[in-house]
Amino acid sequence: MKSLAELKALRDKMQNSVNLREDTEGGMRVVVGMATCGIAAGARPVLSAFVEKVAEKKIENVIVTQTGCIGICQYEPVVEVFDGKEKTTYIKMTAEKAAEVIEKHIIGGKVVTEYTIGAAK
Amino acid sequence: MKELSLNILDISQNSLKAGAKNVSVILDEVSKENTLIMTITDDGCGMSEETVRNVTDPFCTSRKTRKVGLGIPLLKLAAEQTGGYIEISSRHESDYPDCHGTTVKAVFGTDSIDIAPLGDIISTLIVIIQGHPDVDYLFRHTKPTGEVVLDTREMREVLGDGISLADFEVLEWMRNYLEEAYSEIK
Repeated sequence: MKSLAELKALRDKMQNSVNLREDTEGGMRVVVGMATCGIAAGARPVLSAFVEKVAEKKIENVIVTQTGCIGICQYEPVVEVFDGKEKTTYIKMTAEKAAEVIEKHIIGGKVVTEYTIGAAK
Repeated sequence: MKELSLNILDISQNSLKAGAKNVSVILDEVSKENTLIMTITDDGCGMSEETVRNVTDPFCTSRKTRKVGLGIPLLKLAAEQTGGYIEISSRHESDYPDCHGTTVKAVFGTDSIDIAPLGDIISTLIVIIQGHPDVDYLFRHTKPTGEVVLDTREMREVLGDGISLADFEVLEWMRNYLEEAYSEIK
């Protein structure tokens, strides 16, 4: 059984590295739409994939957050990536597409054009 | 919604949007035979009596992007198609400044073929907590074989200040903890 003692051990380990992660200024922000429309369309695994991949790849300066309805429910799950003043809107996302966006866009700096809202029109 | 846990995720967003500091999600499969009672309680701003009356109407919503809101109607549908029902009670902060909040209770007939599976409740809880790590959550799922409990206040006591519940290591601990707890009452 996972116990609070294990959590304590985790705390001691993390306290040493806390200072490293506080600097998220100037980094990228990944925002996943988590309203009824997003949830019904499958936003939960998309969000989980972003959170897991960012941790797994040890990507610094990227925060993954949630928001409500973005207003384009027919394209959910919708993910917005903010890089400075640039905003990229990815639509009809899946966990697999999320992994690709992490690799190519978040790490590689290149927008995955075929998943953006621009490609849908 | 394909899973009841997605309804939980959705309804809990209402609590968080209402500025709740404490949210509890209780799943009770013991009190009544062949019945799942889901209760989501928050200490958010609450709703006026009129809003409570209208909240099952899909054309009633607090959101600004559009004039429909489907969260509560979808939960109502999910419960009613199993022979169950929902009940909403709320105290608005203007009427009850010291004790406000909302309780949404949904009752499901577990022997109905139309009941949606609970689905990935663990991922749901992790996503809720990741989205609003400053809020405290109490989750309790009671089954005839035992119960699973997650109380973030206990976790916070151990973690102290400076470590967010949304830190990946903490989310991972929660996932492992919940997986083990569920495997023990399988």
